Amino acid sequence: MTLLAVERIKLFSTRSPWWCMLLALGLTVGLTAIIAANWDGSPMPVMGAVFTHTFGLYVIMVMAALAVTTEYRFGTIKSTFQAAPDRTSPMIAKAVVVVLLSALVGLAASFGSWGLSWLLADDTSQLALSSGNDWRHVAGVGLVFGAGALLALGIGALVRQTAGAVSIILVFALVLENVVGLIPNIGDDIQNWMPFLVAQKFILGDPDPSGIPDGAGPPAIGELSPWGSFAYFAGIALAIYIISLVVVKRRDA
Amino acid sequence: MIEAVGLTKRYGKTVAVDNLSFTVQPGRVTGFLGPNGAGKSTTMRMILGLDRPSAGQVLIGGKPYAQLDRPLRTVGALLDAKWVHPNRSARAHLQWLAKSNGLPDRRVDEVLDMVGLTKVAKRRAGGFSLGMSQRLGIAGALLGDPKVLLFDEPVNGLDPEGILWIRKFMQGLATEGRTVLVSSHLLSEMALTAQDLVVIGRGKLISQSSTTEFVERSTENTVRVRSPHADKLGAMLIDKGFTVREDSDGSLTVSGALSDEIGDIAAGSGVVLHELSPQRGSLEQAFMQLTGDSVEYHAELAETGK
Repeated sequence: MTLLAVERIKLFSTRSPWWCMLLALGLTVGLTAIIAANWDGSPMPVMGAVFTHTFGLYVIMVMAALAVTTEYRFGTIKSTFQAAPDRTSPMIAKAVVVVLLSALVGLAASFGSWGLSWLLADDTSQLALSSGNDWRHVAGVGLVFGAGALLALGIGALVRQTAGAVSIILVFALVLENVVGLIPNIGDDIQNWMPFLVAQKFILGDPDPSGIPDGAGPPAIGELSPWGSFAYFAGIALAIYIISLVVVKRRDA
Repeated sequence: MIEAVGLTKRYGKTVAVDNLSFTVQPGRVTGFLGPNGAGKSTTMRMILGLDRPSAGQVLIGGKPYAQLDRPLRTVGALLDAKWVHPNRSARAHLQWLAKSNGLPDRRVDEVLDMVGLTKVAKRRAGGFSLGMSQRLGIAGALLGDPKVLLFDEPVNGLDPEGILWIRKFMQGLATEGRTVLVSSHLLSEMALTAQDLVVIGRGKLISQSSTTEFVERSTENTVRVRSPHADKLGAMLIDKGFTVREDSDGSLTVSGALSDEIGDIAAGSGVVLHELSPQRGSLEQAFMQLTGDSVEYHAELAETGK
């Protein structure tokens, strides 16, 4: 318990996590506001309110990576390990704090976006959270942010450098996952298993067809069900995080 | 008490610390002396469990660091004053450290007061001068009121006032019965601060003794003699078996003899003396000779090994 308090103090006593959280919220909600205000002609579906969650996700992953890499950058990781020489317990405490916080930011971003869409969209007849699918589209963002933060923590602890960790995350999510589809023949099959695209299927997949015109829904990604997709994404995050725990334990600090 | 037994650290083919064994006693300041790159910092990181020894172990009060319960209450360390998040306030930095080992918040104010940082406690640590950073680092080391303290080059880059403060502070800690290990590459500084010396070169132990013993043993004592009859006196001294060197200004430097003996010899044969002064070899010279030897020794070993 005390180690959770320690990580909380560490996180909130510097400014960058605050900026990252504000940016994640602002980007997601702000872009949704633009979309909602310009949604003409048809009723706005619930999914329409959460398209923009990926922007917030990248920012929150940067925050999570920073939570580890700045400790290496400024040498405080040594003090951390002097205070808790088993190393694993402070890293787990950090993960609990950062993942919970990220999930909260995710929920704030998605419900904020949804609430704002209610106010700005012309036709909100389809915007009510009336089915399990609708709830998944909105509340699922919290889960994806949490899992993404765990993945970023693992990458940060493995790479130990801010620039390296952030580049890996952004290049993978924004470039590699899209470029891979260009590979002839097998590209599409590989792309179906790319973690960030699969995570999107959890949020946007299998929507209630009644609110969407024919052929206008998001492309179906992957072969897993929405919840299977989340399990896949969270599983990858957990695996990388656990590898990082083992490496951190064995490596010289 | 700190006890290192056969401590070894290899990075690939380079051996940073080589089968190092020494003990550090409580109630005294022990200097950990060696030229830059001798393996002092690596050894200190191994003492704190930050680096894993390739062989051997270090015990603190009979236990390896990793087995200490709430270790900041047993061992305090200042390895690098810049190991602080620059945007975190001094107080917040100490707060999380204190919290991690179940130390009360009031202890943070106490140590801030001890090192004289109370007024700047709310300022971001990145804006601190080197002297202030050192003080913050010392405050962090003292948080758990530990019995064992490690300082890595604590006076590096400090002004004379800061150096004096740290020296007094460490001696005070030792007087309270704590075990204090201070690393430095300056023998002159350690001669003023430390009662015991652990000297290493190229990762190997060169000597462990009291500081006075080390200084006496390692400095060459000579006597400078000036005389209008330097040739005659020189010949007589060589006959007696002393080593005599003639300097460019015509004076003699005699080693192996006490000034009393030289005076007696001169008086016995009616030689006039204009100067008869015992010279103490510089600490730096002695230190360089010693650690230089360890380098040569190292090279010889490698050759015979083939």
